[in-house]
Amino acid sequence: MKLDRTSFAILAMGAILLIAGPALPSWMVSMLNVSLCYGTVVLGMMLLMRNGIVSFGHGLYFCLGAYAAGLLDQMLKMPDMLLMVGAAVVVTGVVSAILGLLLAKYRDIFFAMLSLAFSMILYGLLVKTASLGSTDGFNVAAKTVAGFAVAPESQRLMVYSLAVVFATVSAFFLHSYLASHQGRLAGAIKDNELRVEYMGASVMRAVHRNYVISAVLAGIGGALMAVNIGHIDPEMTYWPQSGEFVFVAILSGTGSVFAPLGGALVFEAIRSFAYEYSPNTWQMVLGITMLLVMIFLPGGLWSLFTRKREG
Amino acid sequence: MIAKALGTMLTGIALAAIAAAPAVAQQKASVKVGFVTFLSGPASGPFGVPARIAAEAIVESLNAGKAPAPYQIKGIGGLPIELVVIDEAGGATKQVSEYRTLVQRQDVDIVIGYIGSGDCLAIAPVAEELKKLTVLLDCGTPRVFEEGSYKYLFRTRPHATMDAVAATMYLLDNRPAVKRIAGINQNYAYGQDSWNDFEATIQVMKPGVDIVTSQMPKFGAGQYGSEISALHSANADVVHSSLWGGDLEAFMLQAQPRDLFKKSVLVLVAGEPYLHRLPGKIPDGTIVGARGTNGVFAPDSPLKRWLVETYKGKSGGVDPNYPAYSTAQAFLGVKAAWERAAAKKVGSAIPMGAAKNVKEEMEKAYQPPTQEEVIAAFEKSTFDTPSGKVHMTLGKGHQAVTGTAYGTTRLENGVVKVGNIKYYDADRVTPPEGVSSLDWIRSGFKR
Repeated sequence: MKLDRTSFAILAMGAILLIAGPALPSWMVSMLNVSLCYGTVVLGMMLLMRNGIVSFGHGLYFCLGAYAAGLLDQMLKMPDMLLMVGAAVVVTGVVSAILGLLLAKYRDIFFAMLSLAFSMILYGLLVKTASLGSTDGFNVAAKTVAGFAVAPESQRLMVYSLAVVFATVSAFFLHSYLASHQGRLAGAIKDNELRVEYMGASVMRAVHRNYVISAVLAGIGGALMAVNIGHIDPEMTYWPQSGEFVFVAILSGTGSVFAPLGGALVFEAIRSFAYEYSPNTWQMVLGITMLLVMIFLPGGLWSLFTRKREG
Repeated sequence: MIAKALGTMLTGIALAAIAAAPAVAQQKASVKVGFVTFLSGPASGPFGVPARIAAEAIVESLNAGKAPAPYQIKGIGGLPIELVVIDEAGGATKQVSEYRTLVQRQDVDIVIGYIGSGDCLAIAPVAEELKKLTVLLDCGTPRVFEEGSYKYLFRTRPHATMDAVAATMYLLDNRPAVKRIAGINQNYAYGQDSWNDFEATIQVMKPGVDIVTSQMPKFGAGQYGSEISALHSANADVVHSSLWGGDLEAFMLQAQPRDLFKKSVLVLVAGEPYLHRLPGKIPDGTIVGARGTNGVFAPDSPLKRWLVETYKGKSGGVDPNYPAYSTAQAFLGVKAAWERAAAKKVGSAIPMGAAKNVKEEMEKAYQPPTQEEVIAAFEKSTFDTPSGKVHMTLGKGHQAVTGTAYGTTRLENGVVKVGNIKYYDADRVTPPEGVSSLDWIRSGFKR
């Protein structure tokens, strides 16, 4: 397989982030870590948006991935980071394959509301489950990677490196998928579904496949977040969380797989500094950022880079 | 193009890193305290903002050296307190990120905060990992120190089990004939725990009592029509509730015209923060608590008068409620431990008669105590607060216990007064070390 420039840049980004990890201040490693987890979820959002579909319920898979990871630790006593991510992939893959059969038939507001409804069902279930801590959730601690114990002092770096690897692999995979025949259907579906059907491709099948891929990406992001934060609770599937993913996806734009990763970092940085410098009005800072992006950069932050090239 | 974008991004990261790198360590000029409380969202009105007002008032007064004995030393150990306030809203995920920011980027010396139980549970292991002295402010869940053991984490307020135990004792003391019990609590962790503790306690203390209904509306429901009907038809003697904030106010507004409280006595375990907001809507004879001897239950003392006065100066005349008292407990607990550690250091320095290095040794002894020394002095300590004495006895000396109190409301000239106050010692209402709350209740309160 011949690497195009973007694929090469993704791998280069991954390598740079891995090497830079030990040299960066620890707060920055934490911020990058959170952004990579978010970024992985938003990669999936971007894929759906390329189909012209917005999910207001991706918290469902973010949360399922996190709880799959958490329960592996809590119930099966297998606190292994790779196994946790694996469990998240399996659980979100199966659930989204089933729900996707229904959801793939809907578009626009109906898709958004239906996906929101499913995520709120999970929220309701978790809140009623006192054995899992209800709204308080429970703590998750990952102690090994592929069976090898990690020393406590290198734990943070390990979690970060794992997030870098998974985000890089996800972005790499998604980029090659988007460039493939199947992936390119997304844009066509957004433009005109009828034509896609006439060309002999199944819209239903393509949307279903994209939905499952985006759900699995959200699940990976959730599991990574669970390991990174060390605590999970039903808030991960509450509607503001899903809304935040849409927010970051719109902020980022859908131009390239770099957009969600970069957008998530910008979002995290703005949020974190807003917490610090305007603790009473941090929500407003985020809102104004969103407004400015929508007015001046309707294609998201990524359009900053594409415009330059055209000009 | 992409390589360029990548380059821009990484340059940005590097620049931010340089800009934000902490200044070279200098002589300690202040104690930087990160204070985390709800500044937005439903918990900000009744809990978060009173805690922030209290923190600002207390810090200002301590820095000016205006607090009464034994806290008359300026700031903490003579060093002024620098307060950094951040919002607790946004959930445990964001709070863990922001906690790391406070410790690693803002370089605070101590973190005091957290009202949500989920946030407290999430912060606990991170405080331990980052080795930063952290004092949990107002969360109630007993799980923090019953499920884990921590070195850097403290909680200077008692956990919520005693609310249920003392409420039951008060109820049975004043109305020994109760037979039919109902509950209305929010369907989330605190509401569920509150009801489960109360239900278990009353079944142990008065076997044979009927639990007629437990209503669990969702958090923030706002409409309680069907719940009020269910409570009505249940014909309960007592309605237990841990509702708070807008939910409590909405429930009271809707239940009052339907005469629910003519039939049933209402027990509000956390009713105290609302007394000033609910005159006329809170029926006479309602049993209220303040989750400790806080607010109206705090015995008169110079420290209490000091808190009320400094708080009122900042709040526009509103009295401090229990989150404000919790805030005072956290700040005074840290101050007491710090100053004890400092005194111990000076006390154990080499005597003046020693032959050499006297100057160096004495200089060292007058340096601020290290975090480890403060923690050693904090563990198992006892200190005075506006709500009386606080004893750090549970959780290997990291979890506070205090006595608590309940009372009955009556309306006098448009002001809600609390009378018939009964005090309960910590020993009677808190489980002993090493026993989980629910096990302790089910064992029949064995000590």
